[in-house]
Amino acid sequence: MAVEWYLVLSALLFAIGVCGVLIRRSPLVILLCLELMLNGANLALIAFSRNAGNEEGQMFALVVMVVAACEVVVGLGLIVAMYRRRLPLNVDFMRGLRG
Amino acid sequence: MVEVAFFAGAIGALGGAIAVIALRNPFYSVLALVVHLVSLAGLFLLLYAEFVAAVQIVVYAGAVMVLYVFVASYVGGAEEPLWEPIPGQRLLAPLLAAALFIELSIAVLGTALRGLDSEGPKLDTGFGSPANIGELFLERFLIAFEAASLLLLIAAVGAVVLAGRRRGSDAQPSAEGSS
Amino acid sequence: MSPTTYAWLVIAFPLAGCIVVALGWRAWPGRLAGWIGTGAIFASFVSAIGAMVMLLDRPEDARELTSSLYQYGSAAGLEIEMGILVDPLSVFMTLVITGVSTLIHLYSVAYMWTDRGYSRYFSYLNFFVFSMLLLVLAGNFALLIVGWAFVGFASYALISFWYRRNTATTAGMKAFVINVIGDVGLVLAAFFIFRELGTFDFVAAFDAAPESFASNQGVLVLICLLILVGAFAKSAQLPLHTWLPDAMEGPTPVSALIHAATMVTAGVYLIARTYPFFELAPTAADISAFIGLATLLFAATVALTVTDLKRVIAYSTISQIGYMIVAVSIGAYAAGMFHLMSHAFFKALLFMGAGSVISAMAGIQDMDRMRGFRRALPLTTVLMTIGALALAAFPGTSGFFSKDEILGFAEARGGYFWIIVVGGYLGALLTAIYSFRIVFRVFGGEPCKEARSLEGGEQYHAEPVNPATGEQEDTEIGFPGKHWIAERAWPMAAAMTVLAGLALVGGYIQVPGVDDLVTKFLTPTFEASALFEEVHESTSAAWIGLGVGGALGLLGIAIAYYLYIANPEAPARGIERARRVHTFLLHKWYFDEAQDALVYRPVTAAGRFANSVFERVVVQGLVAGAVGVVRSAGLLVRGAQSGFVRSYAALLIGGFAALGLYFLIASS
Repeated sequence: MAVEWYLVLSALLFAIGVCGVLIRRSPLVILLCLELMLNGANLALIAFSRNAGNEEGQMFALVVMVVAACEVVVGLGLIVAMYRRRLPLNVDFMRGLRG
Repeated sequence: MVEVAFFAGAIGALGGAIAVIALRNPFYSVLALVVHLVSLAGLFLLLYAEFVAAVQIVVYAGAVMVLYVFVASYVGGAEEPLWEPIPGQRLLAPLLAAALFIELSIAVLGTALRGLDSEGPKLDTGFGSPANIGELFLERFLIAFEAASLLLLIAAVGAVVLAGRRRGSDAQPSAEGSS
Repeated sequence: MSPTTYAWLVIAFPLAGCIVVALGWRAWPGRLAGWIGTGAIFASFVSAIGAMVMLLDRPEDARELTSSLYQYGSAAGLEIEMGILVDPLSVFMTLVITGVSTLIHLYSVAYMWTDRGYSRYFSYLNFFVFSMLLLVLAGNFALLIVGWAFVGFASYALISFWYRRNTATTAGMKAFVINVIGDVGLVLAAFFIFRELGTFDFVAAFDAAPESFASNQGVLVLICLLILVGAFAKSAQLPLHTWLPDAMEGPTPVSALIHAATMVTAGVYLIARTYPFFELAPTAADISAFIGLATLLFAATVALTVTDLKRVIAYSTISQIGYMIVAVSIGAYAAGMFHLMSHAFFKALLFMGAGSVISAMAGIQDMDRMRGFRRALPLTTVLMTIGALALAAFPGTSGFFSKDEILGFAEARGGYFWIIVVGGYLGALLTAIYSFRIVFRVFGGEPCKEARSLEGGEQYHAEPVNPATGEQEDTEIGFPGKHWIAERAWPMAAAMTVLAGLALVGGYIQVPGVDDLVTKFLTPTFEASALFEEVHESTSAAWIGLGVGGALGLLGIAIAYYLYIANPEAPARGIERARRVHTFLLHKWYFDEAQDALVYRPVTAAGRFANSVFERVVVQGLVAGAVGVVRSAGLLVRGAQSGFVRSYAALLIGGFAALGLYFLIASS
């Protein structure tokens, strides 16, 4: 397949992730949508790596996966902390920045 | 043959993605993401990235998603309320996403980058193999490798701190002993 | 010591007294503050005598001395010294001021004995004497204006002395505002003098005047008229006289000192001092003389009708100052100064006596309620009668010789000055009538209840009330304290007796044909004056004038006797028949109402307009408008801070999309 198919697919996955972040209210699902966006980026990286004949893209994708894992870990820790404090799991409730 | 595999993987990925954002129960969304990740691994295989695909399944779909499953079970699958407090958000989000998609597509399809509409150069065998990846990690990208491990350590410590039970600051009484 | 050293001491003692009393007002035990104040002025009087003696030691042509402490300012051709001018005129004034002030301070020690503002009173009074001395000893226009302004302030502080009385503070403000009008005139005159002659110094300016100005030159007449504005405001002449009757709100010794003997004579001194200008501008001098004449007659007519005891004496002051203004305007400088001195004696005496009577009446000043005090207040009766005799120019008293000398000089000048002669004699008749109006009404007839109570040994007590409005007061600080009468307080009696003696014998220093000490003393100051040197009346004409004056005085006393003793119903019938005239005079020829309508109302209307339209709409509108604009802009922007994370994310994505769009377009 020509590489642009992969690229358009990755753009579509990224856009779906964006839509999910903006629409969903549960922090857990927002994190899932963030994963979608990251994976879309990963796909683009791998596609370019294939297209350029260079493995550096795959390197980049691996590091992105590491970063995604870390972010998931911290985000889930936050969600557990919220649950522990009996706060409703709804980002609309976190309005401390209001002003 | 390759096209069929591609479309299978693409449909799986897209389906999983749409399911993630559309399903009400967060637990089902987690499962949909697992499907998405596995499909993506398939697509990676098509792009001669065997190691990355393996890592995707083992680490991402395996470990990270298991974490998600744990937390989703712990927290419970509370459904979100239907009413949207921010006016216009339900309209704005798809619009913005569509705008982004269109822009990216135009950038990709209308680009003057040569060689983009071809499959790419002839690759050596061992392209994307663990050996090659390992070599690259330990020779040229050593610092990135080490930084990534440091990042993992920090994240682990941070998670323990965040989710740990603090003396007297938790709402529920401690049934277990001291943490 | 030289005369100038004595002169600096004369100024220094009252200033030191003021500061010492003011700074130590809690420290001085008992009533020491009053004695300190009196002592300071007495020391100043002794120094003034010293200055006079040392001045007389010098030859006649060396009696004009200047002395400067330091140079106050020097810029752009302007040199102002902190300097005094010691010459016979200023020494004469200082003697009168310090002498009469000593006696008034002595009187005040007893009069204000129970007042809670005792120390404040004496520090103000000392400050006043200091500023008056600064005014008369000043050697240049700048220091004169400084003294002038200080005197105005001291007058304000002392008129409003009982500051919790509304009427007193209103009167103080009125006096101050009218004084400031005079200040403006004087300052403008000083500016013009500087512009034309290039100096503020008296000696230099007066020497330069004859060369720089032609006779009756426009600028010179303007300068003289501006000086007259200042003089008339301070000396309460038409039309700036309305403050003086209201100034009777102050304590009686204050009225005696400031509004009889010293401050109101500052205008007379000013005209006498600037005589070179006036002699070079006869137009202005004549205007001054005729305004003085008009004031003289106006005040004498009003004094015939008003019933408040202190106000009668106040109008009498305005009238007598009119005589002095006439004198120094027509060139009779020695006569004017002589009358100033004798007026100081008998007017202060009259006020002191009035203070004693008012105390016996427990604060009431209305003559309609006073009768028959001659047995209850014997000493006051005798002394006040002496004062009234001097005022009426009874033959032999000081007033007799001084008043007629002025009219004799006018006669000697001839021509249209005969109007002044006739007007002056008419005024003398009226003066005699109203001065004995006071005496016969207060001391003659059947005793009123306050007098009867005093004869029985009890000073009448009443609830403290404001004499003008009748509203209740208390004796707390800011209101007058208990009242004292002369018979029971030796300082009051002593001061009044000395003044009575002076009023009786003070005239003999200038008897026509016998001696003329005042003229001889003042000659060095006025030797450059054409009028002073050349106009003399013959001794026989002088004695004819004295005879006419004496006769008119006796006639006036007889008329008063007829109206108030022999025929007590006669005044009432007269008022009935001439009701309209009486009302016109009683309302002081409606001057207050005219000032209210012509000046006060337009100015306050303009102020109200400025406040409601300009201030509120334009200025506040601009300021508040700016504030409002900023505030609404802020509120607008604030709407973006909703606190919703998803809104922020949407904004983020939106911005990113916009950026991408830009780059897409820019690169195509």
